[in-house]
Amino acid sequence: MSGGDIVQLSAGAAAASVQAGALSARELFEVYRARAAADRDAGGEGLNCFTWVAERAPAEGAAEPLHGVPLAVKDLFCVEGVPSQACSRILEGYRPPYTATAVARLRDAGAPLLAKTNQDEFAMGSSSENSAFGPVLNPWDRGRVPGGSSGGSAAAVAAGLAPWALGTDTGGSIRQPAALCGIVGMKPTYGTVSRYGMIAFASSLDQAGPLTRNVSDAGLLLRHMTGHDACDATSLHSASISAPRAERLDGVRLGVPEELAGEGIEAGVLDAFHAALALAEELGAELAPARLPHAPHALAAYYVLAPAECSSNLARYDGVRFGLRVEGDDLLEMHTRTRHDGFGAEVKRRIMLGTYALSAGYYEAYYGRAQRVRTKIAEDFSSAFERVDYIVSPTSPTVAFKLGERTSDPLSMYLSDYCTVPMSLAGIPAISIPCGLSGGLPVGLQIAGPALSDSALLDAAHALEQAISFDASAARV
Amino acid sequence: MIERAEVEAVARLARLELSDEELEPLARELSAVLDHIATIAELDLSGVAPTSHVVDVTGALRPDEPRPCLPREVVLAQAPVVSADGFLVPSPQA
Repeated sequence: MSGGDIVQLSAGAAAASVQAGALSARELFEVYRARAAADRDAGGEGLNCFTWVAERAPAEGAAEPLHGVPLAVKDLFCVEGVPSQACSRILEGYRPPYTATAVARLRDAGAPLLAKTNQDEFAMGSSSENSAFGPVLNPWDRGRVPGGSSGGSAAAVAAGLAPWALGTDTGGSIRQPAALCGIVGMKPTYGTVSRYGMIAFASSLDQAGPLTRNVSDAGLLLRHMTGHDACDATSLHSASISAPRAERLDGVRLGVPEELAGEGIEAGVLDAFHAALALAEELGAELAPARLPHAPHALAAYYVLAPAECSSNLARYDGVRFGLRVEGDDLLEMHTRTRHDGFGAEVKRRIMLGTYALSAGYYEAYYGRAQRVRTKIAEDFSSAFERVDYIVSPTSPTVAFKLGERTSDPLSMYLSDYCTVPMSLAGIPAISIPCGLSGGLPVGLQIAGPALSDSALLDAAHALEQAISFDASAARV
Repeated sequence: MIERAEVEAVARLARLELSDEELEPLARELSAVLDHIATIAELDLSGVAPTSHVVDVTGALRPDEPRPCLPREVVLAQAPVVSADGFLVPSPQA
């Protein structure tokens, strides 16, 4: 098999080829290692997807059941002895003494670490421009962002620089870059994947998930990540993920919420969305209007809750135990200088916002109210799921935007997550699949289901994916 | 609009040094975001319970048994400055 042929294979097909003896795991790893290293070494000519690339294939043979299909992992996953700094200057030089559970489980299942991927610093951003390693470029149009915060993972998979990748999603950080790069990205039910070893942003929202070329690969990767972990008390004893196979949607009720699929969504995005809904009807699905009356308030609640949790989680970066230290005359000055030099502008903004919202006198007006809005949003979904099986909407209000377009206006950047944040607050699973192009750029369709419906959700996405038959070849490098 | 003095007070709480060039835009940006957040003040949330965690998890306790932890030298190897057996920091009062 030539290198070009190998890169055409989905991750599942590559695993099958290794199993059948048509391809060696070492050759598979080496093809991708060379492609990833070329992007890393290309300077301004590459996509800047990676922060670190493995130097050689693992010495041991390819383990079952993933047969050595190499995995790119967002930088914020700790891997023992491998640089892991969540693309922040403040963790410069950090080499974790332990490995994140999700990464360890996938390694043990036969998916060795290929590379660490570029991201927004501490996963705070929707464009992958807030990185100590510089911005990631979108393989569909290098003048545009890949989305974020898992933009390096999304761009690498879309460009064929990695067979599949891990990301994390706090308010849309898997789904939105998947949409902007024309690939599949899934945020599973909160708690299905252990957070142990994920550098924390907002712990009640952070969830790991797959970024892949197709829905079957997403199911395969997710199946080997899930399960309870003694190191994460919030991880669930959830049912195993089954391989998605559905071809039809007979009798499946899809709810279309006017709040997420109308005003504020770009016309070209809505066109592709409606075309996908027509295909869903041809597959036997029934469309029904749905109401999520509190969804328009989700972003406001999120931008209280996530910064509040971030300001607390990031208190650990103080120049004492790991990473950067900037010396000062006394302890306080050492702390404040270290944090001044170590954190980027967006991270500072969120720490400030969270500290403000949690400070005496404001706590109830901001944090307390936001937690109550969160309850209302979860109740909206519960009510909706009494009438429909899934909620469908565009994943992102727009296609990929230009580099620099939203960096000077934080609020416009935050609005990128308008359609994805409600599901994060409710903790329910949601997947983005490519559903067409608008102006030559990919549009994502988001499907969300009730908590723990992950397998069924993958099935529904699989059926739609077959009908849409999106052509992603234009993004390959 | 948040006043500059308030931004400085929050920065002290957050242990963040901010330069003059950072303070002005930050006050403006925080104000814009807080204006957006203020929309939740319009909602009637009386009688609504707060949600801090979306999935029911109970009894997340484990037996209190001693277990090995990371060796001290492995942990100290990550620190920017160490003494023989601990993290070294400047005096709280110089």
